[in-house]
Amino acid sequence: MSNTSIENKPTTEEQVSFTLSGILTGARKSIPIAISAFATGLVFGVLARPAGLSLLEALLMSGLVFAGASQFIALGLWMMPLPVGAIIFTTLIVNLRHMLMGASISPWFSRLPAARAYATLFFMTDESWALLMGEFARGKRNAAFLLGSGLTLYSAWLSAALVGRAFGNALQDPSRWGLDFAFTAVFIALLVGLWKGKGDILPWVVAAIVAVAAAHWLPGKWYILLGALAGSLIGVLRHAD
Amino acid sequence: MQISLPALLAILGMACITYLTRISGLALMSRVTLSKRVEAWLGYIPGAVLVAIIAPTVLTSGPAEALAALATALAAIRTRNFLLAMLVGVGVVWILRTLAGLK
Repeated sequence: MSNTSIENKPTTEEQVSFTLSGILTGARKSIPIAISAFATGLVFGVLARPAGLSLLEALLMSGLVFAGASQFIALGLWMMPLPVGAIIFTTLIVNLRHMLMGASISPWFSRLPAARAYATLFFMTDESWALLMGEFARGKRNAAFLLGSGLTLYSAWLSAALVGRAFGNALQDPSRWGLDFAFTAVFIALLVGLWKGKGDILPWVVAAIVAVAAAHWLPGKWYILLGALAGSLIGVLRHAD
Repeated sequence: MQISLPALLAILGMACITYLTRISGLALMSRVTLSKRVEAWLGYIPGAVLVAIIAPTVLTSGPAEALAALATALAAIRTRNFLLAMLVGVGVVWILRTLAGLK
């Protein structure tokens, strides 16, 4: 019981590879998610125009930041004069969860050449990271999966911003088509793949309760960080001895 | 095609800070030796993050989202097929919202 959560970490002599076939596998397995990323990116592009972003500004933001939640929040803060400091600080808070995700893949990525690992991490999003964890959980050891997955989502995200900002007014309300639920559905499917057994019940229930409470009482995306911390810490504390 | 200086600063600042959050987890973990307990904690993070992301939508949006989440989970468990599970979720939420009028 005590090591159910770590049985998939690499052993000392095991190699972590980084190959073209890993990139291709990552790209192929990310196509369903790229479709919903495109839909979400389209919404970002559509909303960028009334928020006051030029086409170039919308493309730069999607191309350089590449983080959906923080980009949508920035749109909400986008007014003249531009609150540059508040926008950057909010981005930090919203994206703090990346630290947890980066820590969770460190057993594998610390074995790669540093330049390769840190360049690949530019492309780490919630979705690609979750897919990668699924791969690792199945015993796959190709870290280039993250690069292939990231590049696929990046292409979808950037082209969607272009289309949405340039031809903006056709798609007014994606929730009418249920498309706002696409990401939730993808995350549920990923979660099913991460299920390791009864030991997950308590951490997941705690994460859900804390996230719901935090979403109710706190602004922004704090609920992700707080729920994730509470759930994962409960998991460790329970089999601490 | 134009860009204002404040807009450029805001976007570059967002980009730098976001990249820092992406690399800092690995950078911190590479500099310390991990205890068994920290390793166990890292193993619990993926599931806990995903649960935390979806919980407010699934549990507090209404019956359409809750039922669609259930349908998505069942489809994922039965088929292990991402695209299919996603289509089931989107389809069920669309049907319940429009036809059944659930909000």
